[in-house]
Amino acid sequence: MNFLIEAFAWLADPTHWGGPNGIGVRLGEHLAYSVAGVALACVIAIPAGWWVGHSGRLRGLAVGISGGARALPTLGLVTLLGILFGIGLIGPMVAFVILALPSVLAGAYSGVEAADRQAVDGARASGMTEFQVLTKVEVPLGFPLLVGGIRSAFLQVIATATLAAYVGSGGLGRFLFLGLKTQDYAQMLAASLLVVALALVIDVTFAAIQRLTSPARFR
Amino acid sequence: MTWLFDNLAMVGEYLVSHLALAIPPIVASFVLAVPIAWLANRVGWLRTPLLTGAGLTYAIPSLPLFIVLPIIIGTSARDPLNIIVALTLYGLALMVPLTADGLRQVNPLALDAAKAMGYTSTRRFLTVELPLAGPTLVAGLRVVAVSTVSLVTVGAVLGIPSLGSLFTEGFQRGIVAEIVTGIVLTVALALLVDAVVVLGGRLLLPWTRPAREERDHASTPEAVTA
Repeated sequence: MNFLIEAFAWLADPTHWGGPNGIGVRLGEHLAYSVAGVALACVIAIPAGWWVGHSGRLRGLAVGISGGARALPTLGLVTLLGILFGIGLIGPMVAFVILALPSVLAGAYSGVEAADRQAVDGARASGMTEFQVLTKVEVPLGFPLLVGGIRSAFLQVIATATLAAYVGSGGLGRFLFLGLKTQDYAQMLAASLLVVALALVIDVTFAAIQRLTSPARFR
Repeated sequence: MTWLFDNLAMVGEYLVSHLALAIPPIVASFVLAVPIAWLANRVGWLRTPLLTGAGLTYAIPSLPLFIVLPIIIGTSARDPLNIIVALTLYGLALMVPLTADGLRQVNPLALDAAKAMGYTSTRRFLTVELPLAGPTLVAGLRVVAVSTVSLVTVGAVLGIPSLGSLFTEGFQRGIVAEIVTGIVLTVALALLVDAVVVLGGRLLLPWTRPAREERDHASTPEAVTA
């Protein structure tokens, strides 16, 4: 319990929040990494997933990628890319994109696949082009599943960004590894609580977006 | 390859410690999920808090959880037990909702038939309800097995030995071959444990056809984050 009190005291200390190495800057970095990694993954995975879901082609490959990614150890990827790209942000960013891709891909293709077949057939029968069927029927109907995929990807990158501080990137993981190196458990704990709080806020936010984008609301 | 053959004994030790950390959470999340899910289906007001709790647990990154757990369960900061308990929580977060759903989707006619034949409720649960929900449980356990084997490596940054130690040592010494060995072995071990779960499922549930298992697997939820 003493450690918990010390951790909160560490968090409550205003000198830890400001400055170039303060919590404010590190939190901003953490969020920026996550948004950038997920955005890049979306640019690649959403069109690919929609195409797979709409055409049904390469479906086995997409299922394999999104399922097989579970086995890939994130720390291994982060350290490997850290060595290959050297100190800097390129290595961690490549890791974030690789780890965010499978969830977004799964959300995109499963969303399109989950669209009611009768609605899709009806759209086609009323003369929509394939592109219209995709953008006006399949994508809106599957939108909550896509948001769900982006939600998993975001949480995955928040977790990985914490680990990336091990290979020298910024973010909240910095405090954690600094605490580990100096055997300052209170600081490790404070940093961990910050990451947990960030993850929970993001998760709850995405849950709300998922509810708001559900087509059932418009019926 | 040369690196691997020169360090075979060390890699073997890490492999054994890795299994010792990965197997208890996989077994525990299966064994504990069944009674908890049973209870969630019986006691109405327990459902919502259990499902919400499971969802939120899933959102927590593993490294911070490893560090926060000692103050909750009273272990020391580098106790391997932290890893085992944290990974069990992740396993339960996936298995409890899935098992509760699987148990509720059992055909009520089969349950009525068992009741009419004079089965006690315990016998009915163990010999009718649980086996019929079996394929769903196996599908969930496969996801738990694979993500648990992968997540054990994160403990290495706290100094808890596993195949993840090949990542931290490889990074510190700048040996790419060591990190690649760690990644390949972790993935291989995950696939091996997955195969054992599938095989166990086939032996215990001989009536399930492989085609059906594939479909169940495809519809299982997303894995936990790192």
